[in-house]
Amino acid sequence: MNLPEELRTLFATARQGAPQQAWHTLFKAGDWLLFGVLLAASIAAYPLLWKGGVADRAIVRRDGQVVIELALDAPRQVSVAGALGPTVIEITPGRARILADPGPRQICVQQGWLTHANAIAICAPSHITLQLAGKQGNYDSLNY
Amino acid sequence: MTRSTTESRPLLALPITDDDRRIARYSAAAIALTIAEAALPSPLPGVKPGLANIIVLLVLLRHGWRDALWVGLLRVVAGSLLLGQFLAPGFFLALAGAVASLATLFFARHLPRRWFGAVSLSLLAAFAHIGGQIVLARLWLVPHDGVFYLLPVFATAALIFGTINGLVVARLFAVSPAPSFYQAGNES
Repeated sequence: MNLPEELRTLFATARQGAPQQAWHTLFKAGDWLLFGVLLAASIAAYPLLWKGGVADRAIVRRDGQVVIELALDAPRQVSVAGALGPTVIEITPGRARILADPGPRQICVQQGWLTHANAIAICAPSHITLQLAGKQGNYDSLNY
Repeated sequence: MTRSTTESRPLLALPITDDDRRIARYSAAAIALTIAEAALPSPLPGVKPGLANIIVLLVLLRHGWRDALWVGLLRVVAGSLLLGQFLAPGFFLALAGAVASLATLFFARHLPRRWFGAVSLSLLAAFAHIGGQIVLARLWLVPHDGVFYLLPVFATAALIFGTINGLVVARLFAVSPAPSFYQAGNES
């Protein structure tokens, strides 16, 4: 094969018993340092850039109008006046649910905890919705 | 009798220097690796071993940054011509990566050789490569922050392939710091 001369010499030398060298001796001190820094940065990049689905607040709306915005950092219960009576919303760190609602079929109550950004529970008879929001959601809307 | 035009001296003579021959040889090797690599399946566009960078780094260590610049850019242009990618988006991404990595090497080559070897140069070049590509992709091809979701994957690939390529370069350079026929001069 007509290799460039440099490479031909190189391969020839490498074949004919250039001194065998363990690969780790080819690392110098600064190489290890830089490798470690870049390894740490690469690992850190995963949680930093892939946390889009994390919710940080809950938004309660009545007839599409925002009634109250709740941070998802501390446990609390909030009662909101709906069309049929009070709807109770429960917050614990990182999630929220409808604890009680006067609606006849209890669909939004049985939906349980909402944990992802843009997840939504709709209490149609009460005209109340509970939606989580994050910095950047994975989905426009989530329902089950 | 009039003189035949074929006997006249050429209007413009381009002398071919040893530098040209050397750069052409290294570029040929880098282009061959670019073509070979294009045949490898890739799980994600842009995640490639970057084998041609082995040649670029070897040229940098042996003959200096100017030669590395020539080889690095020639292999992007000629490689894309051979693959039919010239002036396609992939060409500009490759060019952005190559320019960013050569610019990084311009500064990185001043790192003390005692502490920082070929692996450091290769890692810095690999990360600069993905950096240049993702910045161009963000500005031009995908004007949305969504491209940065790919960054962790690209960074992991750069870490792995940068290290392996760097070890190959370190080994080749240890075996043969400079081919005998170039040892006189040409050190920039």
